Amino acid sequence: MNEKEYGEYVEKRAKKSPIIKNCVFAFLIGGAICTLGQGFFHLYTHFGMEETDARTLVSITLIFLASLLTGLGVFDNIARIAGAGTLVPITGFSNAVSSQAIDTKSEGYILGVGAKIFTIAGPVILYGTVSGAIYGVIYYFACLIWGAK
Amino acid sequence: MKKSILKFARKPRIVSTYSVVGHLEKEGPLGECFDEYCKDDKFGKESWEKAESEMQRRALCGALKKSGFIDTELDILLAGDLLNQCIGSNYALSNFDTGFLGLYGACSTCSEGLLIGSCLYGGGVINSCAVVTSSHYCSSERQFRFPLEYGGQRAPTAQWTTTGAGAFILGDSGRVEICEALVGKVIDKGINDINNMGAAMAPAAINTLKRYFLESEKSVSDFDLIITGDLGFEGSEILKDLLLDEGIDIRKNHVDCGLMVFEREKQDVHAGGSGCGCSAIVMASNIIPNLEGKTIKDVLFLGTGALMSPMSLSQGGTIPAVAHLVRLKSVN
Repeated sequence: MNEKEYGEYVEKRAKKSPIIKNCVFAFLIGGAICTLGQGFFHLYTHFGMEETDARTLVSITLIFLASLLTGLGVFDNIARIAGAGTLVPITGFSNAVSSQAIDTKSEGYILGVGAKIFTIAGPVILYGTVSGAIYGVIYYFACLIWGAK
Repeated sequence: MKKSILKFARKPRIVSTYSVVGHLEKEGPLGECFDEYCKDDKFGKESWEKAESEMQRRALCGALKKSGFIDTELDILLAGDLLNQCIGSNYALSNFDTGFLGLYGACSTCSEGLLIGSCLYGGGVINSCAVVTSSHYCSSERQFRFPLEYGGQRAPTAQWTTTGAGAFILGDSGRVEICEALVGKVIDKGINDINNMGAAMAPAAINTLKRYFLESEKSVSDFDLIITGDLGFEGSEILKDLLLDEGIDIRKNHVDCGLMVFEREKQDVHAGGSGCGCSAIVMASNIIPNLEGKTIKDVLFLGTGALMSPMSLSQGGTIPAVAHLVRLKSVN
């Protein structure tokens, strides 16, 4: 069996992740997180906060909760079931940063936490910023050509 | 044909063994067999890396105590782990006053150590040695995969690094001898999936086993057990299937250390255990005591290692693998 044939044989026989089950849990738990966020939004606006400020505070609240649960060692247990449900909302980003911070603490605050905190979240930050900048340039020229709306 | 099987005129015996494990291994099917365990896997240390060293130190101390040797009486220490520069072993063994050789063979390190120790003893170069290997779930996960608290889902074919250290003292006395060994070749079948290391290692195990049977003219039924450590579920199935295709049926007497150490489904460890410590603790706590008690008499132990480097993988590389064989026999 050559490498290609062996690769195909292995691929074919490997048990696949249970996609439907994972999707259902991701939908339910991801949906619950979004509903929770919406709940916070209503709570904050109820107490007289501006909508834009309330939206920002919702993100901050969810980031805080995800980091707290990561620190308490609970987040990974939820994520094992939720999968994309906890990964896709801002909670996944928060977990990727805080779990790395906990892990690298033993290597010191400068070369450990400081240097490695964005090892996992780094790509999101870099390409998020870059694509944001590209979008901004396109938007700027679109406004020049067709006029701002 | 060139002879590859190493036969020892002077056969080393296993004087004593000792195993130290973490909590998940203690809760597994072999839980009762292990000599020592730690509830929080930290072994009283502040970092996971130090915990791994402490495990290895305790394993060697325990084996020495059982054997009646003191460290200065041993001729050499052979040890390895999964961490960069084998730092787990380096720290652990700095406490002992004996010459030290560090080994890296990933999960095959235990068999590699037994093999090298047997060669040195068999050649009359040494009269005794210790073989110690360890792995720790938390230190390995950090080095090879993701932070411990990172929330992700594992693939069903992924293996779970065992937290444990096993030590073996080789010398003149004991009821188990190492009579033959076969050094594995590095086999690279192009697998590059870190979540399916069983598939990367199985071809190495197949290569070594086939070479052994061909040269020794022995057959599967000559052995009570053929032990692989650690192909896990996926690798074991590939090994059995592909060998069967070639007319070698090991289904009845094959066991895998990665499948023995955990209850795969119940303990949620996916394809089973892995790591330098996995085969070491299973051999030390189960296989060798069974050979001593003569419930089994003649076994082949194949340590299988996925020689995986995260950097090579991210550069598009593959996972080469190696499988070293040692034959253990019970004697009077």
